[in-house]
Amino acid sequence: MWIIPAAPLVAAAITALLPGKKRKLSAGLAIGALVISLLVSCGMLHSALHAPGQHTFNFDWFNLGHGALRLGFLLDPLTAFMCVMVSFVSLLIFIFSLGYMKEDANFTRFFCFLSLFAAAMLGLVVANSLLLLFISWELVGLASYLLIGFWFHKPSAAAAAKKAFITTRIGDLGLLLGLLWLYDAGGSLLLYDHGAGVLEASVLASLSGQTLAGGLAVSTAIGLLIFCGAIGKSGQFPLHVWLPDAMEGPTPVSALIHAATMVAAGVFLIARVYPLMAADQLLAAVPVHALTVVAFIGAITALMGALIAVGQNDIKRILAFSTVSQLGYMMLALGVGSWTAAIFHLLTHAFFKALLFLGAGSVIHAAHHEQDIRALGGLAPRMKLTFATFAIGMMALAGVPFLFSGFWSKEAILHAAHAWDVSHLPLYAGLAAVMLTAFYMTRLVAETFFGTARSPAAGHAHESPAVMTVPLMLLAACAVLLGFTGTPACPWLQARLAGTELHSDLSHLFEGGGLMVLSIILVGAGLGAGWWLYGRRTRAQINDRDPLASAAPGVMTVLAHKFYFDELYAATVGRLNTAAAVFADALDRHVIGGAVNFLARFGLFSGAINREMDEDGLNAGFDRLNAGLRGTGVRYSKAQTGEPQGYLRVLAVAFVVLALVLIVGGVR
Amino acid sequence: MNLLPWTIYLSFAGAILALAAGTRSATAARVIALGTALAGWGVTLWAGCQFSPSDGLLTLTNTTWIESLGIRFHLAADGISLTLVVLTGLAAVAGILFSWNIEERTGEFFALYLTLIGGVYGVFLSADAFLFFVFYEIAIVPKYFLIAKWGSTNREYGAMKLALYSFAGSALVLAGLLWIYGAGNASGFSLTELAAGAATLDPNAQLMVFALLFTGFAVLAGMFPFHTWAPTGHVAAPTAASMLLAGVVMKLGAYGCLRVAMGLVPDAIFWFQPAIAWLAVIGIIYAGLVALVQDDFKFVIGYSSVSHMGFVLLGLAAATPLAVAGAVLQMFSHGVIAGLLFAVVGRMVYERTHTRQLAELRRLPLHRLMPFTAVVFVIAGLASMGMPGFSGFPAELSILIGTWPVSKLWTLAAALGVLIAAAFTLRVIQVVFFSRTEATADAAETHPLPPLTWPEQTGAALLLGATILIGLNPGLLLDWIIPGLNSPLLQAIWTGGAP
Repeated sequence: MWIIPAAPLVAAAITALLPGKKRKLSAGLAIGALVISLLVSCGMLHSALHAPGQHTFNFDWFNLGHGALRLGFLLDPLTAFMCVMVSFVSLLIFIFSLGYMKEDANFTRFFCFLSLFAAAMLGLVVANSLLLLFISWELVGLASYLLIGFWFHKPSAAAAAKKAFITTRIGDLGLLLGLLWLYDAGGSLLLYDHGAGVLEASVLASLSGQTLAGGLAVSTAIGLLIFCGAIGKSGQFPLHVWLPDAMEGPTPVSALIHAATMVAAGVFLIARVYPLMAADQLLAAVPVHALTVVAFIGAITALMGALIAVGQNDIKRILAFSTVSQLGYMMLALGVGSWTAAIFHLLTHAFFKALLFLGAGSVIHAAHHEQDIRALGGLAPRMKLTFATFAIGMMALAGVPFLFSGFWSKEAILHAAHAWDVSHLPLYAGLAAVMLTAFYMTRLVAETFFGTARSPAAGHAHESPAVMTVPLMLLAACAVLLGFTGTPACPWLQARLAGTELHSDLSHLFEGGGLMVLSIILVGAGLGAGWWLYGRRTRAQINDRDPLASAAPGVMTVLAHKFYFDELYAATVGRLNTAAAVFADALDRHVIGGAVNFLARFGLFSGAINREMDEDGLNAGFDRLNAGLRGTGVRYSKAQTGEPQGYLRVLAVAFVVLALVLIVGGVR
Repeated sequence: MNLLPWTIYLSFAGAILALAAGTRSATAARVIALGTALAGWGVTLWAGCQFSPSDGLLTLTNTTWIESLGIRFHLAADGISLTLVVLTGLAAVAGILFSWNIEERTGEFFALYLTLIGGVYGVFLSADAFLFFVFYEIAIVPKYFLIAKWGSTNREYGAMKLALYSFAGSALVLAGLLWIYGAGNASGFSLTELAAGAATLDPNAQLMVFALLFTGFAVLAGMFPFHTWAPTGHVAAPTAASMLLAGVVMKLGAYGCLRVAMGLVPDAIFWFQPAIAWLAVIGIIYAGLVALVQDDFKFVIGYSSVSHMGFVLLGLAAATPLAVAGAVLQMFSHGVIAGLLFAVVGRMVYERTHTRQLAELRRLPLHRLMPFTAVVFVIAGLASMGMPGFSGFPAELSILIGTWPVSKLWTLAAALGVLIAAAFTLRVIQVVFFSRTEATADAAETHPLPPLTWPEQTGAALLLGATILIGLNPGLLLDWIIPGLNSPLLQAIWTGGAP
């Protein structure tokens, strides 16, 4: 099963060495490698479903004296489902990129980075060692940096790449510390290792048995540190700020990384280490359970992302914030204890969000890179296939009942939140976000596809080629069908993931009907409100005021500015960092340099001396010091006391002569 | 293994030959220097192949030198020395490749260069403290001349600052050694004899001696607040010298801290542990922050060196076998990566664009003009910020794993340093190579720069290969280093008591 990540990795390596002109070969390699991964993944899924449980293959990476840092691969249903999803969605996106990136000068490099990304992501899901997972995790971050900044000639893209890398690395810092702690306290980084792995009962018991100051269990602390990594990667509040900016990358990248796979890594990570996260559940006397934090962060993110999406005008940014919001749902599901619902939603979301992003890509491609929904419009008749598939994706995301996958996976999450006995606040946040989601997606579709074209670019738009529309249709099919693998009547997917017996019973289909009806009403309300405001009378000019902004200008401004998180961070963390750096620099130039060289003068002029004067002063100081040293040397040598440096100089020469004599004399 | 002393003899012989040949032909001097360095590196690699970790400390040669003082010409090697001599060989070869274009007094340049290399080999192989010290001084002197004569910006100032710092450090070391020798009634200057002597001192004297030795060496390892010589020296030095300075000379300091200070006075490290660890951690973060706001390209790399050496010092201070092994691995890793970064800045960029000011480099479409250089620097930058797949990752990971049980706070602070490293590295990558991007299509025609030469490409490939090889399989070196920790000279640090 090492083939799954290895195939794209090899493709990336070969592509990296190819000259830029071999466009067909590079794309062929990338796609071929991914086909291999997909086939192997399907085989793995087949065997994982027939022989449930954890199959591991571990090996030493390097020896540390007392033990070794070990890496390993793991096959269980979770891994197998993720592998199939990642390789399948990636494959479709690779194919879509053939059309989308056709005219790009750096086509070869693009496929090299894409392959690297797929390799890292697949490595992440097959890992049986948190260390291997962390390595892949970092490589995923690297690939995303390279891909977001792919059009580095746009300053905004370069800045977004850097922001994404640094922001997610802040989370990674927590993950790294969690790993260090886990290795120290648990003695291993393997997940499953015949009883000695960190997710197995004996280690978990010892981890949750130890408590820190404040009554926090060690497992809780480690779990929260690991969760920091997930917050960064999955764009959770408060580290979500990088995700919308990451839309500066080419649209297939947005689809691949910032919708379907990379951002799902955080959710996957928490699902993967779920036994560790849940190890403190049985302890009553702890101040906080790790999963409670996860649930609330998820709920905040779900609601906040949906709110901000209402105020955006860039087609990709709306989708980006909907991703933030949906990831919040998944975290919420994890937090309330239903990791299978989280993975169900992860899988359905991967398909319909990839569909939406690629649909957006198709629109952007046709409209000559116009992304502002106010400047689009009237595309439905001109791009029928794109419109139809996009509409399916939109309904799946909005949770339109019964037919679409998003409905079923979202229902699973809401029911789990309803059953949570700690608090119902996450449920209310989730329900509010359901309505908002339906609302902003209706707005997006109405503005983009209906009415009249409001810019020349939109007016000249025409349907994209088959290499782009076929992946859309395949994804659309999945966006519908996948939902039926996990309906309450026949929760096949959840049962397979958890390794339990499957109870299928049609009468369960409308179980918890009250909640379902409520959420259907909310979806309807969202759709209706969206239609009332944006669809009923479509925008005529680009500059027309947004109906919602006319109604509540203050609210809309706050939402459009994304609750001012960027401004807040720039004013606090960013400014603090700059100040610290400038302070350290000044300290180095003036205080330490000065103290060494001319303490007395520094005391008088510390604030005023500019750099040039500083240099003059330093040199003069050195000359004096030197002259002093020379004088001392002269005096000492006169007194014949053997000043040590001179003595050594003679010894050094003597040594060279001696060494030569030894060599010539053949003595060793 | 027994060939290893030849690395020293060969280097000195090569120095004399290069000096002689340089008067007639610069090319001859270059070829001699490269041949010597390659031979030296070949010997170290050969020795590495022959080495089996169970060998422990292997005596290579041991003859009387100054009998009345008990000073012997005693060379020995264990896995740690071996790691560092392999690094020295690699850095020497790469440095010569990157100074292939030196036209001014070529013979003298390479003579000094090889003398420096010989001294470094000598330090890593010495088992006699006095011999160690002599080689240490031999390594310092040529550095002064290399910088003062062939350097650039502010070279005399930089050279003098560096030399004075080094000599101040070695004066402390000498005082410490003489203290042990005199007060401890040691029978000779070999490290084991001195360690036995040190054990007889009273605890306070031991602490004093340790402070002298460790501070003396830590100056050369770039420990905060004695680090300011490093950036100025690096900036002033010619490319090859800054590569050696960061690549191996700073390692002399760290190696001295481990082999001499910690090896001779093993108990004292735990008394000084908090102080050293905090200074190391401050160095990591502080130098990283300073690197973030520099406007000279080479100063950024100079400060990043200080920051990365902080990891070495932290690993040593944590004084767990794992952390120390990580520190040695980090010495190797940083030697390779810093060498590469300085090569890009000094040789590939500066000698073609004649500026190192970020504000001026920003205006050049460098990713178009020198795509190979851009790729090399991006990869080296990734290695420098601790990406998995490069040698820095296992090294820093081992240090962090080893430090965690000692103090979570130091580990947290050091891990923060990794984040800062990412910030300043990405900043220079973007500013230098990917800023000016409009109208770049025909830039290569309108502002042509001299193309890269084969020595530069070979040198870059060698260093990149080394960092990736160790990044993928750190066991290659750790399997030498870890048994070396249990050699008679070091095991007292972990087991307590006299060796």
